[in-house]
Amino acid sequence: MSAARVGVVTFPGTLDDQDAARAVRHAGGEAVPLWHADPDLKGVDAVFLPGGFSYGDYLRCGAISRFAPLMEELIPAARAGLPVLGTCNGFQILCEAHLLPGALMRNAGLHYICRDQRVRVESTATPWTSDFTEGQEIVLPIKHGEGRYVADAATLAALEAGGQVVFRYAGSNPNGSMNDIAGIRNEAGNIVGLMPHPEHAVEDLTGAPSTDGRGFFSSILKRLVNL
Amino acid sequence: MSERPGEHGVTLDTVKRAEDTPDERQPYAELGMKADEYERVRQILGRRPTSSELAIYSVMWSEHCSYKSSKVHLRQFGAKAPASDALLVGMGENAGVVDIGDGWAATFKIESHNHPSYVEPHQGAATGVGGIVRDIMSMGARPIAVMDALRFGAADAPDTRRVLPGVVEGISHYGNCLGLPNIGGEVVFDPCYIGNPLVNALCVGLLRKDQIKLATAPGPGNKVVLFGALTGPDGIGGASVLASATFEDESQAKRPSVQVGDPFMEKLLIECCLELYQADVVVGIQDLGAAGVSCATTELAAKGTGGMDVRLDLVPLRDPSLRPEEILMSESQERMMAVVTPDDIDAFMAICAKWDIPATVIGEVTDGGRLVMTWYGETIVDIPPGTAADEGPVYERPFHEPAGQAALNADDPSRLPRPDDLRATLLTLLGSPNLASKEWVTSQYDRYVRGNTVLAQPADAGVLRISEVMPGAEETTRGIALATDGNGRYARLDPYAGAQLALSEAYRNVAVTGARPLAVTDCLNFGSPEDPEVMWQFAEATRGLADACKILGVPVTGGNVSFYNQTGTTAIHPTPVVGVLGVIDDVARRVRNGFTGEGDRVVLLGETLAEFGGSEWAHVVHGHLGGLPPQVDLEAELALARVLTEAAAQGLLTGSHDLSDGGLAVALAEAVLARGVGCSVSLPGDDAFTDLFSESPARALVTVRPESFDAFAELCAAHEVPCQRLGVTGGSSLAVEGVLDIPVAELRETHEATLPGIFG
Repeated sequence: MSAARVGVVTFPGTLDDQDAARAVRHAGGEAVPLWHADPDLKGVDAVFLPGGFSYGDYLRCGAISRFAPLMEELIPAARAGLPVLGTCNGFQILCEAHLLPGALMRNAGLHYICRDQRVRVESTATPWTSDFTEGQEIVLPIKHGEGRYVADAATLAALEAGGQVVFRYAGSNPNGSMNDIAGIRNEAGNIVGLMPHPEHAVEDLTGAPSTDGRGFFSSILKRLVNL
Repeated sequence: MSERPGEHGVTLDTVKRAEDTPDERQPYAELGMKADEYERVRQILGRRPTSSELAIYSVMWSEHCSYKSSKVHLRQFGAKAPASDALLVGMGENAGVVDIGDGWAATFKIESHNHPSYVEPHQGAATGVGGIVRDIMSMGARPIAVMDALRFGAADAPDTRRVLPGVVEGISHYGNCLGLPNIGGEVVFDPCYIGNPLVNALCVGLLRKDQIKLATAPGPGNKVVLFGALTGPDGIGGASVLASATFEDESQAKRPSVQVGDPFMEKLLIECCLELYQADVVVGIQDLGAAGVSCATTELAAKGTGGMDVRLDLVPLRDPSLRPEEILMSESQERMMAVVTPDDIDAFMAICAKWDIPATVIGEVTDGGRLVMTWYGETIVDIPPGTAADEGPVYERPFHEPAGQAALNADDPSRLPRPDDLRATLLTLLGSPNLASKEWVTSQYDRYVRGNTVLAQPADAGVLRISEVMPGAEETTRGIALATDGNGRYARLDPYAGAQLALSEAYRNVAVTGARPLAVTDCLNFGSPEDPEVMWQFAEATRGLADACKILGVPVTGGNVSFYNQTGTTAIHPTPVVGVLGVIDDVARRVRNGFTGEGDRVVLLGETLAEFGGSEWAHVVHGHLGGLPPQVDLEAELALARVLTEAAAQGLLTGSHDLSDGGLAVALAEAVLARGVGCSVSLPGDDAFTDLFSESPARALVTVRPESFDAFAELCAAHEVPCQRLGVTGGSSLAVEGVLDIPVAELRETHEATLPGIFG
């Protein structure tokens, strides 16, 4: 049986694509590089939108990336159920593309912040979080200047009511996100976006002093094998 | 005839016109040139220079580009350099290159961006990062990490509150957006830096040792390509006006001389260059930094076959009204110049197009020995390029010991009253701005990106894994370690010893991670070289550094000199910042910083004397600077480093920490704070104050498992390194028997509150 294929997208200015691909490989999957200018998903089984400053984050984080040729393929595929994970800039792109509701604004403290953050898993009903347990506290690094999640009251209520909040900051809220939201999913559950970086928490030697990020990759690979 | 762009009714100053109007007055003084320097240009050319030629010579012969005041002293770094198998490329190129084994090489360099960062902190610091990263790229390497050595005035001074947040934000924005982890560096406060902050940026890169690129333009007929950002009016005259003159009160007027950075363009430029290298379509390459096109063309031509024809009107402009002189001097960021064979030019252009990088052929290599530039068909520059690039003026500036130096050295800290309450003293030091947690600063830097960060701040040195940096490196187990250090107070008391202490500490910081120190880069920050007392400090510091490098066996591979860091006649403390790069054979054996678990033996290595001259204690508690700095002991540093690297390789160490500012007391507190693991220790000597706060060098704190202690003690004995068991790790406080007992929470609160309290 061949390994599950997870596409890792590189826009101009994407930074964490190497890390995301490495995390997929370490978990036993095949990482397939996807270039923003190619209107082709190369038949991947899932897509990882990594962090960075795509297009320099000029205009608004993620605002230009959503128009990339690759996104013309990705958006309908995601709506049709393709598992998609966006971290940091990837989360911002998913919001700009309206695959997830709400928006990410400048941190409340107005500074970029890089730290190891306690995060609570609120939902395991996604292909990216099934290996966690609900209520589990994990440690993942965050590193962003614009990670304050905001949404209008109705959207926020719907997210909470529908169990669509997947991660919440535990301990102190680093950026002023509404309801301490660190990550959310779409109604169907196949699309997840979060500000923390699981791909930087998969190895003992490098990255954050935590390997809790492995759960994302083991979850998706199990799911793809069981399809 | 219709007017050409960039003329604005001003007559184009062609070579022909220069010949015809030999007596035309030229603004050499306004461009920072001395009368005799201008006269030399006239002699070289046998006529007056054109305005474009004057622009080239004025920037290339500026202090910043020509090292005219420092050159005679810097030569010692070569003359006294230790024999080193590791050195692949030494001083004089864009950056030094060091063999790290298994076919791989590291290139690294530190460079100042002090003056721009005072004028415009955000852009000044940001473009400092951008510039050093391009230096590393131009060696053929992938940049893999950055770090910054920063000095500011007193932490609570109003101007520090303006400068520091801007500098940190500039580094943060540019470095984070580039995707380079920031893995170390320093933040130091001292009133002497008010009005003259120091922003020294370091970058390290990785490359295959057989794929080093050099700044050279060989091969007549080869094409000269300018690629990257468009050229605009930024930083015009920056090299000569900004970097080479003392600030007076008009710094606001200099704002337009500071460049503006676009890290997104630089990120694309990095990936584009790596693809160009991989495709092997680059003959020579040079980044455009200070002095822009002037510097790149003259240096490439001077190191090649000697000639180059450039059509300056082909330079793509962001502002079409720029005059040729301005194009030559512009310091627009994110630009590179490459020499490419005609056969490869299409492939070169295609790769640039893939990354959306503008690229333009602006000239050709010739065998004429002249750098000739034309502007819409008329010759405006015709010079031997070496005269601008390499044959600038060299000054043997007079120097003498400062008038008050003997009195300063006689003012020994032994007269200062010793404290009764050592607990309170430790907390005072730990909360003082220089020793307090720098997390307010470092949490604004991405330390994780690219996934190879093994150790980062607040560890003594940053450590990176090599195997996953680039394709082809998978087989190596090696890692590199990097640290910078520099203590301006020590150097003020004795610049010779101060430079050696800076090297000693950076060397030690690399060794405590388990890495073997290999090579040095330095950033020498001083006041005005025209002041003989400052020049004495510079001469002493360079002599001290060169002597110490020889003994420690680590060659200087490159770096930078920053003069004129003074306001009026008041110079900063002489501040040589020294960066040391080391290699660790198996990066999985790196030693983590501080206490890592309970029940380990706490061991002090090295000898403690009563040394308080220039110490943090004297500075914080008494506001005193006098006496002599701690005694340098390079043989002891060598022996200590051998013990640390051998012990790490044998897996004997569970944790380590260098002893430096604030002595053993602060080292213990930091080791506890690393993970909240306490310790209980007793002091070896009979004077608790000296044991705790003396700053004797060549010391380190390590932890070993009880069962490893005998083997470790034997290793120390074999290298004649004093080794004292202080106690054991564990518990929730820092307990020094009979002296103090401070809960971890109280240490943490004291350590972490200071900078947020000042900077918000």
